[in-house]
Amino acid sequence: MILLPVLFRFLKVVPHHPNAIKTATFECGMETIGKTWVQFNFRYYFYALIFVAFDVLVVFIYPLAVQLRNLGYSALIGIVVFIAIVLVGYIYAWKKRVLEWK
Amino acid sequence: MFAGLNNNPVSFPQAMPPDWPGNAWWHWVIFTVIILVFFLGSVIMFIYMERRVLAKMQARIGPNRVGPFGLLQAIADAVKVLMKEMVTPANADKIVYWLAPAITFAPVVMVLAVVPFADGALLADLNIGILYVLAISSLSSIGVFMAGWSSNNKYSLIGAMRMVAAVVSYEMPIVLALASVVLIAGSMSLNDIVIAQQSYPMLLMQPLAFLLMFIAGCAEINRSPFDLMEADSEIVAGFHTEYTGMKFALFYLAEYGEAVVMSSVIATVFLGGWQGPFLWPWLWFILKTFFVFFLMIWTRTTLPRVRIDQLMSLAWKFLFPLALINLIFTGIEVLTYPDGIPWYFIFANIAIGAILVLLWSRLYKVGGGRIAVG
Repeated sequence: MILLPVLFRFLKVVPHHPNAIKTATFECGMETIGKTWVQFNFRYYFYALIFVAFDVLVVFIYPLAVQLRNLGYSALIGIVVFIAIVLVGYIYAWKKRVLEWK
Repeated sequence: MFAGLNNNPVSFPQAMPPDWPGNAWWHWVIFTVIILVFFLGSVIMFIYMERRVLAKMQARIGPNRVGPFGLLQAIADAVKVLMKEMVTPANADKIVYWLAPAITFAPVVMVLAVVPFADGALLADLNIGILYVLAISSLSSIGVFMAGWSSNNKYSLIGAMRMVAAVVSYEMPIVLALASVVLIAGSMSLNDIVIAQQSYPMLLMQPLAFLLMFIAGCAEINRSPFDLMEADSEIVAGFHTEYTGMKFALFYLAEYGEAVVMSSVIATVFLGGWQGPFLWPWLWFILKTFFVFFLMIWTRTTLPRVRIDQLMSLAWKFLFPLALINLIFTGIEVLTYPDGIPWYFIFANIAIGAILVLLWSRLYKVGGGRIAVG
């Protein structure tokens, strides 16, 4: 399956005639203005930061989830306290309106 | 000098870890072929099914010319797209532009390695199956971002940024919903999770987790109503605007492949996978996978596209807290009944889920055609 396009190109079934108009950047048919690789909206990074914090939390939840029956209530209380500590940051972000997209 | 080599305890047959299933090379060959056939067959059937069911729901006919009932339409499209010229934009970042489709496509197929087709019939029965699914399936967003970045097209970059932001946000509800399933099953291996659903499917035990997983799964694979990273009316086609020919086909395959993977994981984890009466296990698995995809098509026809602020607030203010609460509830249930939760907890779980959803949705204010979070 992977080799099929290579074979077709080799047998000249797939055409290849590039020209300046064809290889220009397509943006709704108009000519492109300015650079594309500019600094981007900072709002995306807030989500990335919150995501990193909670992903680390989840890494700790999974081993506990597998072994919870053997570990007992103390482990559950421990993880609830741990989640509560991380949730302080979540509530702070919510109050600071970081989770809203404006 | 060479005499010491004969005392080497690692002989050749042990080079393969002994706990891999079958411990034989043909196991890998057979299951690789099965997975590829299942993947391509399902993708073709999913494309056909989506177009036909969508047409039926919108009182149209849909593709019906190529082959009986239009069954060969997807294959005809594939042949057409193979014959197309591949255009590389002049000011694209060439290496990244070429790598991106492969990096998007490969992880999608890799996830199927841990999905069981019948009891023990899977490529690798990893004891960290769920973690593997989550880790590998989120890899393909790197390929998507590479595509958007390297195209040197503003719409592509915006689409890719939206895509990464959405995937990152909807990763959390999925992870937490699956963690509560792991709590009940007591194992992360997908085969063990299916065996744990012997008496009733996980859907009844974890209705809220299924709901969260389904919504977040739809968003994770960019399906409507969460498809604003590919919103045609705003940003042409999102990250694959500049792609043509086979490279575009790889993105298209990856998109429907993600739908196959997400449907089969939901079917395995929540609907009991290969378990079922009368029919063969693999047939049950495939039927359940198609049923989940039918639900996704149904959602697509019913709901309009959401805005970006609604998308983000739904993930962080609705799905994520509910998933956490559900996880802690499940933990208490598991500890109260360590030998298996009794069946009447099904009703309790459905009631808890319904109450939580109703209470939490009071945070959302509706008025004047706008939905905002208070």
